[in-house]
This record gives sequence, structure tokens and C-alpha cells, in this order.
Amino acid sequence: MKYSGGELLLKALKDEGVKFIFGYPGGAALHIYDAIFRQKYVDHILVRHEQGATHAADGYSRATGKPGVVLVTSGPGATNAITGLATAFMDSIPLVVISGQVQSHLIGTDSFQETDMIGVSRPIVKHSYLVQSAEEIPSIVQEAFYIAQTGRPGPVVIDIPKDKTDPLHKYKYKKPAKPYLRSYQPKIKPHPGQIKKAAKAILSSERPVIYAGGGAIYSNAAKELSELNKILKVPVTNTLMGLGVYPAKNKLFLGMLGMHGTYQANMAMHNADLILAVGSRFDDRITNTPSLFAPNAKIVHIDVDPASISKIIKADIPIVGQVKDSLQALIKEIKRSKIKIDTDAIDIWNTQIDKWRKKHGLDHDLYQKKLKSKMIIPQVVVQELYNVTNGNAYVTSDVGQHQMFVAQYYHFNKPRRWINSGGLGTMGFGLPAALGVKLAFPKQEVVCVTGEGSIQMCIQELSTCLQYGLPIKIVNINNEALGMVRQWQDMNYGGRHSASTYQNSLPDFVKLTESYGHVGLKVTKPSNLRKTLEKAFAMKNKLVFIDVLVDPNEHVYPMLVAPNGSMKDMWLSKTKKT
Amino acid sequence: MKRTISILIENKPGALARAVGLFHQRGYNIESLNVAPLTDGTYSRMTVITKGTENVVEQITKQINKLIDVIKVSDLSEGEHHEIELIIFKFIKSKYNTRIQKILKKKKISVIERSDVVTVAVIDENSDFDSLVKSIGKNNIYEIVRSGGVGIHETEKNLNL
Repeated sequence: MKYSGGELLLKALKDEGVKFIFGYPGGAALHIYDAIFRQKYVDHILVRHEQGATHAADGYSRATGKPGVVLVTSGPGATNAITGLATAFMDSIPLVVISGQVQSHLIGTDSFQETDMIGVSRPIVKHSYLVQSAEEIPSIVQEAFYIAQTGRPGPVVIDIPKDKTDPLHKYKYKKPAKPYLRSYQPKIKPHPGQIKKAAKAILSSERPVIYAGGGAIYSNAAKELSELNKILKVPVTNTLMGLGVYPAKNKLFLGMLGMHGTYQANMAMHNADLILAVGSRFDDRITNTPSLFAPNAKIVHIDVDPASISKIIKADIPIVGQVKDSLQALIKEIKRSKIKIDTDAIDIWNTQIDKWRKKHGLDHDLYQKKLKSKMIIPQVVVQELYNVTNGNAYVTSDVGQHQMFVAQYYHFNKPRRWINSGGLGTMGFGLPAALGVKLAFPKQEVVCVTGEGSIQMCIQELSTCLQYGLPIKIVNINNEALGMVRQWQDMNYGGRHSASTYQNSLPDFVKLTESYGHVGLKVTKPSNLRKTLEKAFAMKNKLVFIDVLVDPNEHVYPMLVAPNGSMKDMWLSKTKKT
Repeated sequence: MKRTISILIENKPGALARAVGLFHQRGYNIESLNVAPLTDGTYSRMTVITKGTENVVEQITKQINKLIDVIKVSDLSEGEHHEIELIIFKFIKSKYNTRIQKILKKKKISVIERSDVVTVAVIDENSDFDSLVKSIGKNNIYEIVRSGGVGIHETEKNLNL
């Protein structure tokens, strides 16, 4: 049996266990699309815009841990995929993005729909390939999947000139041998000496904090993290990307840290004498001013990417390795160590943290506001969503105030349930990501929490949801403004709302949803919120868009004071600072 | 601080662009860059001369190392190393006077003389390009080309596959 390059591609994808390709056809990809038509193992999901394809594949990957696969055509198809590639790159998500390219002999001639995809995508991919011959397609695909998933994961682009998939030329298919690259050996075992040093430092500390991020989720290390803390019983905070890796219901959980982190999490970080960073990268949204960061803390930093260590904050004890392996080694070492953690000191530390929690914890005076307000408070929407879904939903979000409210008030107890664009901060991510999650887990509740700004950036995917019968729920926290932009304008620009309002130009979201063939509901009164959410979630087989009109004056707090602030410097409300 | 970084990189299409692009993407400077394939032709050795604090150079080497096509990276400046650069000067014959000849003869040179111009290739071991040009006199030089620095460990330490 002999196969065309397009067929070789599909065979290789099947061998990688690919179930879904998210894509959009076009000239340079048509041979591949014909090969898709003539096989039955891989399903193609036709999105309405290539950005949607990349976000959907990304959502699928974040929820399942498997690589997401995208297929686009050359030129505009490829460039439309760029935002999604950058999103995945910033959050270390394994994607394999296959782009059609013009025929080899036309490359460089400014031919129709030609873009140098390898060049355009170079800074935002982990690696990329321009296919030189059809016969190498299977081994390139295998290598791409290997690179995307191993080490610090990331997106890989395979650019395939149209002539390399031409059905006129046929080749034998042989499953390639396991990839070996002399320049890429990602399986790094944590150094035993460093593990020993780390264990000693942790056990000798009196005010430790575990600060876990996305790397702990991608390494599937939630179990190990909980196991470690059953021994240590020390406070744990999660980054925006790490939420769910340590159960929010655990009383040692501090909530999220950083820019909009909880008072207790930020105070604990600032006052810690040891910070155990687990798959987190001391991003500028965490540290505030790096020179003022946690002045008395010894830093133990576990990361699979050596370049993440000591990039922003100098690590005293660096551990390069997979989070899972490193935590397992650390648990072993701590169990066998003669030094025991000073439980009295830890008790005092946890008591101090409880005091902070009571003083300015998140739920502080929210309930009072809820009673007094005639308008719906956005945070309460998230709290009610949590109640209605029993805290069990997969929640995607877009970017802005609503994203932070979910991070603060939807208490994730499991990893891979919270799916958002943390690094790049991509508006338009939520709806296509939810679509990808729902395809992976059709029986689970999948909710996209969004805002009236973000949702309009990829709203066309409502049509995709109808085509494939994907009954997700969309909660639109509608404050009739670009909320986070306006918050900054209120705080830093004298309340001058430059280009952050729409002047009565918003669409009627209920009608819009209905015209896409789904159900739209609108809530304006606090008394109707719970009922409407319940009604929406009772419609199991329908996509329901719930447009919730909320108090437009609400800001996200706490908020780190910048510039020149440390983690203890926070705005707690519009008028109150720490 | 000036740093000399040696890189072994796969000799594949796009590999060089990735390495060079990374300097720009991460906001690092390139003072000079030299690259050519070695022995079997499947990989190349690059020498990049850059400026930066210790932290910046540590980041550069780590980020370069992350590139899939990069096999090995070494910061030569961390230890004893030998670094040279080839500079080729071209002079109009009438300006190639005894004073200039005297300056250049202190160096390792190879000279090609024609009736109209003289080309002098200088092996510069002390990277004193600026002072060399100054002593010759900028206006006396007709054309210059530099190879960029190439470096190697002076000790037994190596950067082989």
C-alpha cells in the first residue's frame, strides 16, 4: 500500500492517538482535507475562525493533558492562528499546529496566500518544521508530538508545502522509530544533592509557603503536592495557572497570590522565611517589584525549565526536574530526614495567617453589599455559579475582571478544571476553549465565564457549537464596559474612560444567541440570579448564554500597589490601602 | 561586561535564524557573530560576542540551550580561553606608508600587494580593533572587513559533540 503525503500525515496523527483536529480549510491545505475525508479515525472540527481553532485545541489540551491539533491553510489561515500559538506558548501548552504552505517552487515569490509561517511564528513556538519531502512527514509528526509534550511543553508548527501532500505522489508508510534528538534530552532527573539541601531548608524553616503554579498541573503532580503537605502542614498558595492543583477546600490553602491575590496569600509570601516554588516562574504579576520581593525568604525553586530558575528571583536552592519526580524525591527525603519540622513554629505561622485571613479575607463585607445593592455584584455571580455547579464544572474564561473574579471566588478543588489565558491574557479565548473541553468531556458541565468585551472577540464559535452539538454554558458578566481597562483608568488616569465604553452599541446578546440557534437568557435583578442560573443548567442539551447585567462600578481587589510596591502593599478597596 | 559564548548548533534550515532571533526577542545584544559548519557538516559552531551582566549572560546561555536545534552552549569567558579575530584592511598603495607597515608588522599578518592596492589580513589576538584603527588612522584605510571573534577554551576543556 502506498500513500500520498496528505494520507501519511493522517496516518501519523492516528498513530499519535489524535481524536480531533480543529481547523479551517483553504487552498494549500486541500490535499490534506481530502485525506481527512477518506479516513474515519480522526474527527475534524470546523471552526469559524482559525483563532478559534487554536484556542479550542488549547482548551482540549489543558483539560485532557494531551496535545491539541490544529490544521490551517497558508497565508491568512496561518496568521490567524498566531494569537492562539502565542497564547499556548506563554502558558506552556502542547499544541501541534499544521499549516498548509504554497507549493515549494513558489516559496519566496509572493505567491497567492503566501506567508513565511516559520518566520512569523518563530518567537512563539517551542519548535517548527518546514517539510522538505513527503516521506519525512511521519517522522516530523512524531518528533513534533514528542517535543510538544516533553520537558517544558509548548506549541510546535509543521508547515507543509502543497506539493508535499499531492495525491499524485505516493509513498510507503512505516511507523518511525522512537524519536531521538542529540540536541534535545528533556528527561532531567532532579539532582539528589539539591533535593537533600531543599529538604533540610524546608524542615528548618518556621514560616514556609508553598507557591505552586501551572507546571505542577502539567506534570500531573497534584497528588504529590497534597502528599507532601500532609507531612508539612504548611500554607499553600497557587498562581492563576496553578489553581486546582491544591484543593481550595483545604484549610491550609491561601487562595491565589499576586496582582489580585488574596491578602493572606500575599502577606504570607512577603513574610515567609522560605518559599518553595513548584512549577511557577515568579512572573511580574506575582512578585510586584522584584527587589522588594519576600525580603527574608530562602527560595527553593523546582522547575523543568532551567531558564525559569533565577530569571527574576534568584533561587537559593534550584532543582531542575519534572515537578512530579522532584516532589516524589522530596517526600522521600523528608520522610527519611532526622530533622523534623518545628510544628510549634508552624502552628504560630498558621495562626498568624488565619488572623490575616479574618482581617481582610476575600468574602469580607461582600455579603453585606449583596443585601444592599440593587444591582448584581459580579463576584456574587461567580459564587452562585459555584453553588449551582457544586464546584465541579470545567470553567474557562476570557480576560479581565471576570477572569479575576472566577480565580478568586470559584474554589477549584481539582487540577485541569480552570482553563484561562494567564500568560498572554488573550481576550476571545474562553468560548473556543470551552468548545474544546466539551468535546473532550461531553458528560461534564463546561462553563465559559466571559465579559461583553471578550465574548465578542470569538463569538462566531457559537456557530461551531451548534454544528457539533456542544451544550456549554456561557455566563456573560456584563458591566457594559471594558472593566479592567476602566478600573486602571479609575485608579491611574483620573477616571478618564478613554475607549473603554461602547456608548449603547452593544448587541442584544439574547437575540444574538438565538439567531445562532441556541438559548439566551438575561438577568438584571439580584433576586433572579440564582433561579436563572439553575434554569440554564437544567437545559442539559442546550447551549445557554446567560447575559448577567452587573454593577459597573465594581473593581477587583485586592490589587498590588505598583510601581515600587512589594507584595504586602495592596489596595483593599477603592479607598483603603494596606 | 564582554562575554564570548560558543554554541554547537544543528546545521538545519532555520536553525541559525532561531539562535540569532532569540537575542533580539529577549533583548540581548550581539557585538559579533561567527558561524560555520564543522567536520561532518551536520552541525555548526557559533561564536557570539555579547555584553551583559552575569545574570543576563546566564539567561542568554540558558535560553539558547533551550532551542531544540542547539546541542551545547558554553560561556568561554568563565575560564581561560583563546579568542581571535581576522581583520582585513585594504589600503590605496600610496597611503600604505612605512609607519602603517611598522604597526601592522607587529601582528600576525598576510599581505597581498598589487600595483594599486594592498590588502593586509591581520590576526587580532587582543581584540583591540578600535585602538588598531586609531593608530593606523581611519582616513588611511580604504576598506575594512572583520570576521567577528572566534573562541576556544585554552585548557583541556572542550565543546565537542
